[in-house]
Amino acid sequence: MSVLDTLIQGILLGGLYTLFAAGLALVFGIMRLVNLAHGDLIVMAAFLILYLVTGLGLNPFVAALIAMPVMFGIGWALQYFVLNRTLGPDILPPLLVTFGLSIVIQNGLLQGFSADSRRIPIGPLESASINLGPIAVGVMPLLTFASAVLVIVALNVIFYRTSLGRAFRATSDDKVTAGLMGIRPDNIFAIATGLALVVATIAALYLGARANFDPTIGPARLIYAFEAVIIGGLGSFWGTLVGGIIIGVAQTFGASINPEWQILAGHVAFLIVLLFRPRGLFPRAVD
Amino acid sequence: MALLETRSLTASYGDFQALFGVDVRLEEGQTVAIIGANGAGKTTLMRSISGVLRNALDQISFDGREIGGLSAPDVVALGVAMVPEGRKLFPSLTVEENLLIGRYGRAVEGFWSLETIYEMFPILKERRNNPGTALSGGQQQMVAIGRALMSNPRVLLCDELSLGLAPVVIKDIYAAFPKIKASGASIIIVEQDIGQALKVADQVYCMMEGRITLSGKPSEISREQIHAAYFGAHA
Repeated sequence: MSVLDTLIQGILLGGLYTLFAAGLALVFGIMRLVNLAHGDLIVMAAFLILYLVTGLGLNPFVAALIAMPVMFGIGWALQYFVLNRTLGPDILPPLLVTFGLSIVIQNGLLQGFSADSRRIPIGPLESASINLGPIAVGVMPLLTFASAVLVIVALNVIFYRTSLGRAFRATSDDKVTAGLMGIRPDNIFAIATGLALVVATIAALYLGARANFDPTIGPARLIYAFEAVIIGGLGSFWGTLVGGIIIGVAQTFGASINPEWQILAGHVAFLIVLLFRPRGLFPRAVD
Repeated sequence: MALLETRSLTASYGDFQALFGVDVRLEEGQTVAIIGANGAGKTTLMRSISGVLRNALDQISFDGREIGGLSAPDVVALGVAMVPEGRKLFPSLTVEENLLIGRYGRAVEGFWSLETIYEMFPILKERRNNPGTALSGGQQQMVAIGRALMSNPRVLLCDELSLGLAPVVIKDIYAAFPKIKASGASIIIVEQDIGQALKVADQVYCMMEGRITLSGKPSEISREQIHAAYFGAHA
């Protein structure tokens, strides 16, 4: 029974990694931009939620709802005024700029919130659990996973069922021809990064409520996010969910054998998948 | 006053000047054909009008407005749509999505809609859920034309419609032109297929090395004149 328990806890943990990864997948899928500051932006969103909760006494979920449009605006402006200038045939400038941004955000947060380890207080929900047969499942992990599935469904709907989604895909295919359709690529890219940071805000809520965070933990979250995106196959949102779950399950099984193996097991699972499926599990046909 | 007009239009790619003072007029309801050899500047002219290339603001006017410096999305919004050279369908989009995205920058009600385009090119309705790039060249050209028409443009720019297509397919494509004209759109076509161009056009311009070397009504210009204007030979 403990195997089943471990499996379920792992799948639920995968939900959190999916939330870390979904924004990264969205941005990479549309503009081939690898945002090395993604983890730090998640941590920034967590501090924003924390500030709204402790400073204004808001409910954490309400705080996250307020943080979402703020983060959308930050993402939009970041892409429109900074990152769009780095896009081009050379893939190095966006990497350098987002790497620099990552350091700037970390130090900015350090200055503003100190190096103390913090946590978003969510009250009794923190330890609430429900019994599914013989297994007790935490309400927060369950909410995290449900949110992850919802985010993936929502991203798929936006991407494949809306006019905005068509514009995302068309711009990703061919910027010049997209312009002939009346699409403004700079704005489309800015909206994509804005959306990615809305997802990052959801990730931040669950990250901050479930574990301690401080300004320096962003890059470690980025690695899990990367692994989930790459296992899933670049450009597939469902693949990202599967990738997140694989990392989550590997980590929980690793930890159940020996707590020291938790992180290692996730990375090993990542390498094993790549060994057999170098392009990930669900690579996009058109690339 | 002409619906669309270029005045001493110049355009360059870096140090390379591609257009040297081009004057072209398109009257409302007319079809203008631009012919010329490879490298004559025809595609540059189309890219300039459509806003892909920016020019001096006053070098291009449309419906009384100076549009030479506007971006492609701004030009589309005013009602100038382009069928680009090489069709340029979006591979990530289905046939129907490729058509729908034609309305993105200008959703104006008019004669053209998914229904009327499917009526004109019935094969596209059958293939509506295929990826755009899974179609034959001629069918892709139909999608590209439909995509441009979806914005109910006042001016339709067609760049090298016949490029890489079999003569019988070219005939099919041009069979749609009377309908497009009847819908009220004025048309500029760029063609290397001179016979086809002369057949559909009210006015023909011949270009060579970035300049207009001949213009006139198809009935008024002779093969010899075209030959001279096309190749620079003196007849």
